[in-house]
Amino acid sequence: MDPNPRFRLFPMPVQSGLLFVVWLLMNNTLAVGHIFLAALLALAIPIAVSSLQHPQPTVHKPLLALRYFLLVLMDIVIANIQVAILILGPLKKMQPGFIAVPLDIKQNLPITLLASTVSLTPGTVSCDVSEDQCWLYIHALNLVDEQELINSIKNRYEAPLKEIFGC
Amino acid sequence: MNWTELAISFFVLLGGLFMLIGSIGLARLPDFYMRLHAPTKATTLGVGSLLIASMLFFSIKNSMFSIHEVLITIFLFITAPVSAHMMAKAALHVDTQTLERTQGSEAHQAATARKSTPSEADLANKQEGSES
Repeated sequence: MDPNPRFRLFPMPVQSGLLFVVWLLMNNTLAVGHIFLAALLALAIPIAVSSLQHPQPTVHKPLLALRYFLLVLMDIVIANIQVAILILGPLKKMQPGFIAVPLDIKQNLPITLLASTVSLTPGTVSCDVSEDQCWLYIHALNLVDEQELINSIKNRYEAPLKEIFGC
Repeated sequence: MNWTELAISFFVLLGGLFMLIGSIGLARLPDFYMRLHAPTKATTLGVGSLLIASMLFFSIKNSMFSIHEVLITIFLFITAPVSAHMMAKAALHVDTQTLERTQGSEAHQAATARKSTPSEADLANKQEGSES
């Protein structure tokens, strides 16, 4: 038996809250009926699917996570402008390339977040993760300095993720 | 013409511009992996700008905060990298041709096989070599 009865009723508290907010946002309303329906869904769906979830590392530093989110948001804007310039510029000068980045984080969730961040930020798309989850393979649109790119990914994105999840 | 109309037109135009650049990239870039870059990046900001414009327009028109566009942005930010990753993975799997001047063929081969990169073995060899 689960020692904490609160978690039997709310097996996934964060997801329940998210579902509630998303339902209300999707309907773009605060009508009583919809609040009731959202609450019902937020209660019922997590109970139905809770047995499917895998244990994931939890966020240890929410403030740092917020800072990371803002950093990525800013980098997305910069990335867009950089890629736009590359696309409109001369194609013959572009030096595409594959690189392998060694991973320090081992769990699925942080690796997924890192890979998504890499895909959204300047000139890089994550292609694959090695089977032992030690290497992330990245395709770069314009590879100038391989080591510098690896270092910037590790310092700028991986280090904060590592701290956020405390692993 | 007041400042809200100016702001809305600015964001609509900016969004359209980035979408256009993304599409040009999709058509213009020479190989599959490079083409992947255009829709993952240029389009996210393009759609983002259009949604900001939509939020401003409907907030003012209905004089009520309209924030459900945020959801579209979030879904897009979640799905764009995942779909790009899946396409890149599929391309690696079927051994799609890359541009000849693509660098890092070791990493490419290692990625195709999904094994740990050969540079790990190379590094070990190098270390042994330097020690002996």
